[in-house]
Amino acid sequence: MSFIAKPTVAHPDLPRNSRGLTRREYEGANSTLCAGCGHDSITAAIVEACWANDVEPRTLVKLSGIGCSSKTTAYFVSGSHGFNSVHGRMPSVATGANAANRQLNYIGVSGDGDTLSIGLGQFIHAIRRNLNMVYIIENNGVYGLTKGQFSASADIGTTAKKGEVNNQAPIDPVQLALTLGASFVARSFSGDKGQLVPLIQAAMHHNGFALIDVLSPCVTFNDHEGSTRSYAYSREHYEEVVHADFVAPAANITVQYGPGECVPVTMHDGSRIVLRKVDADYDPTDRGAALARIRERLRTQEYLTGLLHISTNQPEFHEQNATPEMPLNQIPYATLNPGAATLAKILSRYR
Amino acid sequence: MNPTDTTDPEHYHRVVDCQWACPAHTDVPEYIRLISQGRYTDAYLLNRESNVFPGILGRVCDRPCEPACRRGRVEEKPVAICRLKRVASDLKGELAGRVPRGPYERNGKRIACVGAGPASLTLANDLAPLGYDVVIFERLGMPGGLMRSNIPSFRLPATVIDDEIGLILDLGVDLRLDSPVASMRELLEKQGFDAVFVGSGAPKGKELDLPGRRDTDRIHIGIDWLESVAFEHIDKIGERVLIIGVGNTAMDCCRTSLRLGAKQVKVMARKPRGFFKASDWELEDAEAENVEIVINRSPKRFVIEGGKLTGMLFEKMEYELKDGKITAERLTGEELIPCDDVILAIGQENAFPWVERDLGIEFDKWSVPKVDAKTFQSTRPEVFFGGDAAFGPKNIIWAVEHGHQAAISVHAFLQGRAVSERPAATVKLNSVKMGMHEWAYKNDYASLERRLVPHVSLKERFKKIDIEVELGFKPEQGAQEAQRCLNCDVQTVFEAKLCIECDACIDICPVDCLTITAAGEEADLRTRLHAPAKVLTQPLYVSKTLKQTGRVMVKDENLCVHCGLCAERCPTAAWDMQKSTIHWPHAGDGEPACHTQRQIA
Repeated sequence: MSFIAKPTVAHPDLPRNSRGLTRREYEGANSTLCAGCGHDSITAAIVEACWANDVEPRTLVKLSGIGCSSKTTAYFVSGSHGFNSVHGRMPSVATGANAANRQLNYIGVSGDGDTLSIGLGQFIHAIRRNLNMVYIIENNGVYGLTKGQFSASADIGTTAKKGEVNNQAPIDPVQLALTLGASFVARSFSGDKGQLVPLIQAAMHHNGFALIDVLSPCVTFNDHEGSTRSYAYSREHYEEVVHADFVAPAANITVQYGPGECVPVTMHDGSRIVLRKVDADYDPTDRGAALARIRERLRTQEYLTGLLHISTNQPEFHEQNATPEMPLNQIPYATLNPGAATLAKILSRYR
Repeated sequence: MNPTDTTDPEHYHRVVDCQWACPAHTDVPEYIRLISQGRYTDAYLLNRESNVFPGILGRVCDRPCEPACRRGRVEEKPVAICRLKRVASDLKGELAGRVPRGPYERNGKRIACVGAGPASLTLANDLAPLGYDVVIFERLGMPGGLMRSNIPSFRLPATVIDDEIGLILDLGVDLRLDSPVASMRELLEKQGFDAVFVGSGAPKGKELDLPGRRDTDRIHIGIDWLESVAFEHIDKIGERVLIIGVGNTAMDCCRTSLRLGAKQVKVMARKPRGFFKASDWELEDAEAENVEIVINRSPKRFVIEGGKLTGMLFEKMEYELKDGKITAERLTGEELIPCDDVILAIGQENAFPWVERDLGIEFDKWSVPKVDAKTFQSTRPEVFFGGDAAFGPKNIIWAVEHGHQAAISVHAFLQGRAVSERPAATVKLNSVKMGMHEWAYKNDYASLERRLVPHVSLKERFKKIDIEVELGFKPEQGAQEAQRCLNCDVQTVFEAKLCIECDACIDICPVDCLTITAAGEEADLRTRLHAPAKVLTQPLYVSKTLKQTGRVMVKDENLCVHCGLCAERCPTAAWDMQKSTIHWPHAGDGEPACHTQRQIA
């Protein structure tokens, strides 16, 4: 963290998006995390993605639970809505908010503790409901706020700062999400914005639950030799298999790819993702094959990254429940609350 | 593009734009910091080391530092560097005991200086403490050269000139007033000087030989006229005055005319605005006094009726402009402007009628001496030129630097060393880290606009010719203005082998000047940075290869506000903030006699 606020002065030639805003105008409060925290880079990637997606700040809802990761929602898009919930309970709050207003953009930021320990039940049900939100896990393998104990995502054999070795098997949110039928599953690394920013852009346009598990080194408690979540180890052991370039609805695809290398995927809102296969054998639309491949590579501790799975035809929460388009707070009161007489009529059916 | 060689003093020097742009390389950020600490005397002495005349330059410097100031690129207006220099001078305390005083033990060598202007005085300032017997010959009855004769006292009070020249004379310099030099031969051969420095300026105002020029005595040469006013030979002028030319001398002439009784003063310009030679602030000050600047008028002839100047005839011009350049011009008519006096301020030249042409001092076909641009030595080894006398009219701060450089040459020459061997500039770096997030400088960005200097009211200022118009900053205004300085001398120093490429510095940088990317050629790199780096005169810093990915850290120096956040956010201290002290060499550096002169407490 820093003691002075980031100066408001900016580069005079910063590009502006279609709303006339610069990237700087999507920033939030000063980060109070440790200097060099991977989470701050993810924050910067979210800022960049929101700017590039021309998000109107007031349509964004930031949700989080408890932990270092969950503090970060304060650090981006200060003109948006936010809810910092109870530990592990962010998915419930997200579900409630989303149920009441489906027209906002929901972005949840959580950590490996918040998601995979105390909040695991909440997490998997949000996937099951295919809640229309972006769910980012800032995954560093330790409990940073309580001085670096292993979390549920710590790899077997990784060591703590003082040398203890972890012997418990990790919970991998990516595999979990795939087995639960998640429709957008990605993994990335905080130190690779070239990959992460377009992934977040695509996730925001995905209609349904979009999970991005981001390896995010804890610079204070998990960046040493022996750690499998350090900057150096992550760089050596992550392999991009599918790169996703996001293409806004109106834009033409200008980048030229070789034949067979790329697969354009059209999202429900007309935007597209161009999937550039770094590994030609990998098929991100085949859930089973993707899962097998991820498992196989994890055995040798290689993290496959990129957009690992996408399916665009799974109905999201509101479609499943045939809810109205209009946010509840905009539905006229008389419609929303038909009155005591109507209630009595309904109840009489159950008598 | 190869990794930047930060051991080359030029690298960090160029980051300090003001100091790089200053001909004398004044340590601007450091003296501004001293001002913000209320250490005015220290700030004054630090200034004096390089620019010798802080009180004078704090009023009338051409301030090449200000257009260079980074604040002017980040925001609109640069730091008021020049006016802060005046704050140091105005508020300084007792100098006695803190400035060197002669007489010094003499080394037996004698140096003659021709003209007591800023170049000669600077040379004397540098060489007297080294034991040289320096004699300055001055044509006029007071020292200072154009600072005295051409700059009106309402811009530069005589007391300021007296005080600062006094400090130099106190070194034991022999100043001979009313002593024009009539012959270089005599200086060299009869008076037996070991070296001669010519700092006689550019004393010849340019003529405008148009019909009628010789038929009246109401047409004046600007610099001669200003000199006559300064020495009180002239104390009035007609009601309607035309000034020909729009340089800084023209501004001084028009404002002086107003103080001698002129009611209607017009400055006649051949070309449109944007082509004026005068500094913006001098134009502003003149126009604030209701001087009219008439553009696109080319002088044709003086109108004399019955032996009396009654006006001047001009040709009306029209120009076609493209990209700020004139592509075509044409005449559209004539205009007669009535007037009582005309002052010509269209330039000046150096002139050496007193230098015999058979002494081995070569002149070119325009009668300009052949002078080495680095050593200031003429083709006769013991004769040196500096200031306007060397390369034509520039300004005071250039004359000062010429004096410093010539002093290095004269010293080397008289000690039997080659004048071409120049001492090198050096840069010292010291970390300013005091704690986790504490620095030995104030790194918080102050969002303040440039303070305006108060002026004497238009009613009051014309009552006497020597009422100084600018009042200078009050202490609190100076303190506020000082906060606008970005501390460019506190450098961002990068150690590639410590970097873990976490992007923290890139994410926090408020002006997007950092990028980690694949190495490449400069033109290519400039297109791949986090924010466009279009200012090609501002160098890129490129680190050595980073160990995790083999990429490089690139910093566009252009807009860095030196807030230190990259270093605060760096988990491995790969970035550090280090104060650079750039030492620009002067004569006798490192020699025992000069220690007292160079030191400030």
